[in-house]
Amino acid sequence: MIAPKSRCLRVKQAGPGATLQDAGRFGYLRYGVTPAGPMDFAAFRTANLALGNDAGAAAVEIATGGFEVVCEGAPLWLAFAGGAFLWQRDGAGLPPAARIHLKTGERLAARAGTFGAFAYLAAAGGFDTPSVMGSRATHTRSGLGGIEGRMLKEGDLLPVAQAQAVPDFEAAIAAPWLARDCDPIRVVPGPQEDYFSPAARARFFGSEYRLTPAADRMAYRFQGPEIEASQGHDIVSDGVALGAIQIPGDRQPLVLMADRQPTGGYPKLGHVAKADIGCLAQLRPTETCRFRPVTADEARAALLALEDAIAGANAHLQPLRLPLTTQRLLNSDLIGGIFDPLGEL
Amino acid sequence: MSAAPAPRYLAAGESALVVEFGAKIDPAIHHRVLALDAALSKANIGGVIETVPTYRSLMIHFDPRRWPMEELVAAIARLEEAPRLALELRRRWHIPACYEPPFAEDIDLVASALGLSAARAAELHATARYRVYMYGFAPGFLFLGGLPQALNFPRRPMPRAPVPAGALLIAGGQALIASCPMPTGWYMLGRTPVKMFAPRRDPIFLMGIGDEVCFEQIGGSAFRELTEAAEAADYYPRCECVDDRA
Repeated sequence: MIAPKSRCLRVKQAGPGATLQDAGRFGYLRYGVTPAGPMDFAAFRTANLALGNDAGAAAVEIATGGFEVVCEGAPLWLAFAGGAFLWQRDGAGLPPAARIHLKTGERLAARAGTFGAFAYLAAAGGFDTPSVMGSRATHTRSGLGGIEGRMLKEGDLLPVAQAQAVPDFEAAIAAPWLARDCDPIRVVPGPQEDYFSPAARARFFGSEYRLTPAADRMAYRFQGPEIEASQGHDIVSDGVALGAIQIPGDRQPLVLMADRQPTGGYPKLGHVAKADIGCLAQLRPTETCRFRPVTADEARAALLALEDAIAGANAHLQPLRLPLTTQRLLNSDLIGGIFDPLGEL
Repeated sequence: MSAAPAPRYLAAGESALVVEFGAKIDPAIHHRVLALDAALSKANIGGVIETVPTYRSLMIHFDPRRWPMEELVAAIARLEEAPRLALELRRRWHIPACYEPPFAEDIDLVASALGLSAARAAELHATARYRVYMYGFAPGFLFLGGLPQALNFPRRPMPRAPVPAGALLIAGGQALIASCPMPTGWYMLGRTPVKMFAPRRDPIFLMGIGDEVCFEQIGGSAFRELTEAAEAADYYPRCECVDDRA
C-alpha cells in the first residue's frame, strides 16, 4: 500500500515572517522559554473555529510579505482571517476572511491589502507538524516548533491532520472584530506605574505614537513624546506578560508581543489590554495609535466579551458567492445549463 | 516572630499578577518568592496557569475568566498569611567548568584588571557557592547570585563578540550561565560542557530555581570528552540534596 502524505499543502511562495503558530508554548516560562503563539489571537481563533477546529489548532501566520500554497493530495477545507489581506484562489479574488474548499492542484495566495500586518491560514484538522515541549508554535530565535524552528519557505510541505468533521459550504466570515479598529488602545497601568510622574503618564495617554520599522513578533517600538522614568530606566528583573509597555533608556515605548522573553529589566508603565492586543498587532510601521487607561476589571470585561463573541464566530458566516470567471464556468457542471458568453442575461 | 512586610500586589494587565517582595537582589526576598510559589503549587488553585519566580517577585499568569484581579489577590493574601511551608529540598550541583584557553577568553583581562592571577580568578569563581535566582533571556539561561566580591567587575561599555552556549559570564557582581550563543556586555571566565537546556532530554532543564551551584575545574581534553557525552545526552552532572531545615 502506498501511504502518501495525502493531506498537505505545498508552499509555493513565503514572504518574510510566515510561521506556524498554535496557541503558544506554556508551562516553561519560568525556564526562560518564550511562549510565542499568534500575534492576533482573535483572527487566529476565528479561522480555526470556522472549520470546527479547536480554537488553538496550529495555523500559518502570514506577514505582509505574503504567502502562496498549492493543494497536493486530497482536497482540503481551509479558512483564513486577519487584517484586510488580498486572497486569491487560482487568480480569482476572495473575501479577506473566508473558509473555502481547495481542490487538488488549486493555488491559494495572500498578499498584504489595505490594512493589517498578520493573517492566519487554518486547515480543517489542523497542521500536523511535530510538537516540541507541548506546542507547535514557532519561536525562531530559540529554534523551537513549526518546521525546524524557522520561518516557512518555498518548497515546505505542510501536513494536515484528519478532521473530525468538515464544513458543508464555502463562506465569507464577516465578523465585526476583524474590522479595523482605530479606537485608542486600552492599557492597564502598572506594575511600575510609580516610576512615572503624573505628568509623564498624562503625556503618554495624551499623545499619538507612531509605530517604527523596529516592529516584529518580539516587540513593537513606538516613537512619540518622550516618557521619563523618575527612578531610572533599569529595574531588577521581574516577570513580563503579553502587551507589557516597557520604557527603556531611550524613553520611547516598547510593547512586548508574542515572542517576548518571560522576564525583563525595564520599568513597565502598563500592559495593553488583551482584548486590544490584536488591534495593536495589526498596525504597520508608520501607522499611529493612541492609548487610554482602563482598570484591570474593565480590561477583563472587554476580554471576556471578545472571547464570547469569537466563540460564536460561526454566526457570522455568509455563504460565499464567487465571481463567475471563465475558468470556474468551464470547471462547473452548470456549463451546459446556463451559458452566457456575451454577459447579456 | 518578626512579621515580614506584606508584599505588593501589582496588576500586569488583566491576566497576570505580580507579587513583589522587594526591589533588590537578596536571598531573604528570593526565599519569600519561592515560598509563595511552593504554597501556590501545593494549594493547586484553579485558573492559575503558570508562575514565574524572579529575584524579587512572583508573576502569576491566570485565567481572567476564573478570577477577577481583586479576588485572586485576596486568595493569594490568604496563602501569604498561612504558616510558611518548609521549602522542598534543594539540590547542589557540581558543574564541570574549563577555565583554560580557548574556553576562557576574558579571564586574563579580568584577572589583571583585578590584580589577580588567572589561576586565582578561576579558583575564586569555581569554589564559590551560587544560588539559582531565576531563568531569563532564553531557554535555560541561568542568573546566579553569590559571585565573590573579589570578582566584582563592571559591565563592558560595548558588547563583545558572541559567546558560545555554556559560557560562564560575570559582570556587575552577578554570574550567568549562557545557554545559547549571544553577544554580551559581560565577561567570559570559562565554559561548561553541560547543556542547561536540551528539548529532547528528560529533564529538559537540569536546575530548579533556588538550587545551589558550584564548579569543578576540568582541563581542555575533559571538556571535549564531556561535550561529546552531553551531545549524546548520556551525561548528567553530579548533584546532591541540601536540607535547609537541618
